[in-house]
Amino acid sequence: MAVALLGLGVSSAGVAAGKVVHRERSLYQTILVTQERNRLCLQFSVRREQRNQSCMNPQRPKEMIFPYTQMMLATLLLNPDPQRILVVGLGGGTLPQALTELFPQAQLSVVEIDPAVVRVAKAYFAYKPSARTEVIEQDARVFTKRRLKALADPEDGYDLILLDAFNGDYIPEHLLTREYLTETRGLMKPGGVLAANTFAISQLYDHESTTYTSVFGKILNLKLPETGNRVVIAQKSGGSDLLATLDLRELRARLLEQAPAVDARLAPYGIKLGKALPKMMVAPDWNPKARILTDQYAPGNILSNRRRQAAP
Amino acid sequence: MNLVVYWLAFCGGFAIMSMELLGGRLLAPYFGSSIYVWGSIITVFMLALSIGYLLGGRATLARVSVTRFGLIFLVGAALMLPLLLANEAVMNWIFDRFTDPRLGSLLACMSLFFIPTLVLGMISPYAVRLLVEHRDESGAVAGRLYFVSTLGSALGTLATSFYLVLWFEMNTLFVILASVLALCGVLGLFAGRRR
Repeated sequence: MAVALLGLGVSSAGVAAGKVVHRERSLYQTILVTQERNRLCLQFSVRREQRNQSCMNPQRPKEMIFPYTQMMLATLLLNPDPQRILVVGLGGGTLPQALTELFPQAQLSVVEIDPAVVRVAKAYFAYKPSARTEVIEQDARVFTKRRLKALADPEDGYDLILLDAFNGDYIPEHLLTREYLTETRGLMKPGGVLAANTFAISQLYDHESTTYTSVFGKILNLKLPETGNRVVIAQKSGGSDLLATLDLRELRARLLEQAPAVDARLAPYGIKLGKALPKMMVAPDWNPKARILTDQYAPGNILSNRRRQAAP
Repeated sequence: MNLVVYWLAFCGGFAIMSMELLGGRLLAPYFGSSIYVWGSIITVFMLALSIGYLLGGRATLARVSVTRFGLIFLVGAALMLPLLLANEAVMNWIFDRFTDPRLGSLLACMSLFFIPTLVLGMISPYAVRLLVEHRDESGAVAGRLYFVSTLGSALGTLATSFYLVLWFEMNTLFVILASVLALCGVLGLFAGRRR
């Protein structure tokens, strides 16, 4: 029934065996730090085919090696100056570290379920949370529900949210439901922007797409076919509403206007959104009838192992 | 008649593990899917079953009948009602009052699953008493009964995690499980009357 389609996952860039610098069994996974040529990489879980979660060149620590990180930072074209940022899923700390450096005045919340990942990011990947950063070691769903209950005024919400909690092998299904996204949207300031690193292949692609649109309306679909990466960008209404009001061509033109200024700041990270964006922006190509994922219906792990049918 | 008893024990085993697996998904939106949420669930189910075994065994000291055996299933199904109707309210209430997700998940699991699981735990010892006719065969009968009910548990786990969650919403699945148990109960009542 379920067609096994192992391999290609969320961040499937480098697949190579390097020298193991650090190995640790945490509560949730096996964490490996490997050194391969001039790359230091973080890997979760040990299999014959290891998949890098995050990589860094220690000589040029800022440089972003994985294409999905630049896809995530395309949010800056919609919101070039975020003040309150939430990152769900720390990994090697690449994105939180870059955001801390880019926006030293911003308040940053980082949620990571696994305390061992936080330790490893600090020890091996030069992750240095600033005084304005809170690193919360908690399940993201619990964090979101609690924050939402404590948030009195949506104006105090986050203006940028990056969801990067899926490592490709196992999907925490309670983080991919309409209810979770609705709660997350509740944490956003009107006009705030969200990016989610998600799934490009398998039937999950269709289901997560309809789930996102059920909560946010129109979404921006970013894909890099050669890497298997996909990023969903969404915006909460009540602010600029660029995503909701512009069609794809207008939106591309509008975002490309912003690109030179944003790219100037992102240059140290090896990111050129102006060049990358036209390749990444893809029109909606999912099955709009795919069943929406909810807390009641969340077979994400089964769907991620089923081959996609061609969209009608 | 014995076939009916085995069949009911199979269904009981199926329902227990299916419910346990769904329990993890039910709790996740409030308490996460951390290791201690699964720890809470397994603890509560094991505790409930252990006490259920004890009470089920005690119940056989009075007069035993297939009718009464069927009643266990009907009561178990009925006691799933709070789980069916009030799970969100219960979890919300606990979520607001207990910030430690370990304690929260343990309390939520206790209030939703402990009692129905305890009643379902009574099935196995009661079934052994119904099936054993001579002392020499008691071990063989107990072995066969545990084989059947644990096989039910294995299939309940497999079916739920591989297929049922793909086809049905969670509340629908709880309703299906409660209905299957209730049907088992009715089957027991009928079988008991015919005897």
